[in-house]
Amino acid sequence: MSVALASRLRSRRFLGGILRTNGGRVGFGLFVIAVGIAIFGRYFAPYSPLDTLGIPGAAPGNGHLLGLDFIGRDVLSRALYGGRSTLFLAGLATLITYLIGGTIGLVAGFSDTVLDPILMRSIDVLLTVPALLVILLLVTAFGGGSFVLIAATSLVLLPGVARIVRSATMGVATRGYVEAAIARGDSTHAILRREVLPNISGVITADLGLRFSWGIILIASVNFLGIGIQPPTPDWGLMVSENRVVLASNPLAIIAPAVLLGVLIVGVNLMSDAYARQRDRSEGHQ
Amino acid sequence: MVGSQLGLAPDLEPEIPTVVAPGMPGRRVHIHPAALFVLKRLAAGVLTLLVVSVLIFICTSVIPGNAAVITLGKSATASSLQRLEATLGLNRPLYQQYLSWLGGILHGSFGDSAVALAHHQVDPSIASSIKNPLINSFILGGITAILLIPLTLVLGVLTGIKANKAVDHAISLPSLVIAGLPEFVTGSLLIYIFFSELNLLPPVSLVPPGQSPLATPNILVLPVLTLLAVAVGSGIRQVRLGMIEVLQTDFVQFARLNGIGERRVLVRYAMRNAIANSIQTIAQNLQYLVGGIIVVEAVFAYPGIGTYLVTAVLARDTNEVLAASIILAALYTVINIGADLLVVFLVPKLRTELV
Repeated sequence: MSVALASRLRSRRFLGGILRTNGGRVGFGLFVIAVGIAIFGRYFAPYSPLDTLGIPGAAPGNGHLLGLDFIGRDVLSRALYGGRSTLFLAGLATLITYLIGGTIGLVAGFSDTVLDPILMRSIDVLLTVPALLVILLLVTAFGGGSFVLIAATSLVLLPGVARIVRSATMGVATRGYVEAAIARGDSTHAILRREVLPNISGVITADLGLRFSWGIILIASVNFLGIGIQPPTPDWGLMVSENRVVLASNPLAIIAPAVLLGVLIVGVNLMSDAYARQRDRSEGHQ
Repeated sequence: MVGSQLGLAPDLEPEIPTVVAPGMPGRRVHIHPAALFVLKRLAAGVLTLLVVSVLIFICTSVIPGNAAVITLGKSATASSLQRLEATLGLNRPLYQQYLSWLGGILHGSFGDSAVALAHHQVDPSIASSIKNPLINSFILGGITAILLIPLTLVLGVLTGIKANKAVDHAISLPSLVIAGLPEFVTGSLLIYIFFSELNLLPPVSLVPPGQSPLATPNILVLPVLTLLAVAVGSGIRQVRLGMIEVLQTDFVQFARLNGIGERRVLVRYAMRNAIANSIQTIAQNLQYLVGGIIVVEAVFAYPGIGTYLVTAVLARDTNEVLAASIILAALYTVINIGADLLVVFLVPKLRTELV
């Protein structure tokens, strides 16, 4: 699964397709900026993100470009540090979702056995609860550690992925080349890996971006609610909520992390939108 | 086929619409297909809700500290803990606890709040403490829904008709951007604009105890705007796609070729057939409100069911978490069933095809 996906992502058609539209170009630019800040920003931070340096909620000035936060820490430094956690958690959650949900979808879509209805019914149950509620419940039960956050987010993203992969698999399962492989006695595993997967990787790539951005939203929201990553760790979502007390004196303490999150998500969304459009056009879909 | 297009569960697809009535051996009673569909859909809804309630119950019962620990706090001794656990019924097997909890709900009782017990409040029952948050949330959600439905339909149909023209781009691109943002980002930006910069609206939506949020309508503006931003944006996209699809069907083309006026083609032919799709979209957005309200209420400190739930999660008050969760899950399911039924009744074709 990951091999086919990696080659798809590496291929020039992927990036070329995205960069052919204006929306895609803007999205790619925003994505690179936000991810660059999230991963490498900390090496340019002027201060430690944890040190109290002055009056809480001080407006910009005195060498603090974005002012100070609710306990007097440098907002710029915290913003430069605060993206990696969310990006890392959401990325890992998306990857795990695809490994598990994709496998479920492949198996369910390819088997005519009782497996398909069983898998799909259990997924229907997951869909009857609001996503954030599932995460809240799991955090209540198992605490808000990174492992729980990743597992809970994956669980929430899983039904959608399984459904999409399943219907795409069903679409190619009756094609000639798959039937030929069945006829010559290939193992199911080999058929799924060699015949089915390469032919649904376009659908998967188009869906990947949407899941990733939803993962970012969920993780950031949980952190915002105060039940995910805990203080004093710098995190964009958490920064937005903890600095609400200094809204009047230094609104930048809230706006900076909010805008960075927005840039990251909008970048991902514009890229996946551009990819989906490009794919529709080249593969003759509506 | 039709079912999967509408997002209905595949087990609702065609089946013989006759059942053998119990107690009347050999005589086949014909139940109207639509009635059978309603019954099956309701039964499926109740069943999933039961499964969900079990899962929610299990989730909250694996927490190390139970309600008794929270109630007694630091003053807990082993013997006082045991006594309280016995009074609260926490020493019984899990399935017995579940059944009595379920029985309580059916009688309108959600048990007592552990935190309220710990503070020796006069009335620790959740049923009374959850009432006002629930009403507040219904007000917030209701106002949003009333604005959401026409906005989604009008903008969606408009962009669908004008697909790939300037009007479409002017609406579709911003809605793609705005709909993708998390509620708390949108909310914070709105607070910045309308409070920090313009000083027009309050940054928090506090409601004094015993008062209705409708007494001070201006506190509702920003929360409603935030919810609308996310829900309308995603709704427009789907209604737009449905409209484009219908406009390409043969029978719309033939209506045009027959010389029927474009307005009539759009209203009588295209839009009527885009209805099924749109209802599902609206239902999804109403469902979204049930979850979206959790974060939006937190952004504006609005005292609704979402704030209630988050506070309960942070306090590890299991009974409160259970009550709020099951109410939200029930709402979610009700909206889902309602939409499925509405579609079947509004689109006659489906009535015969589905059942």
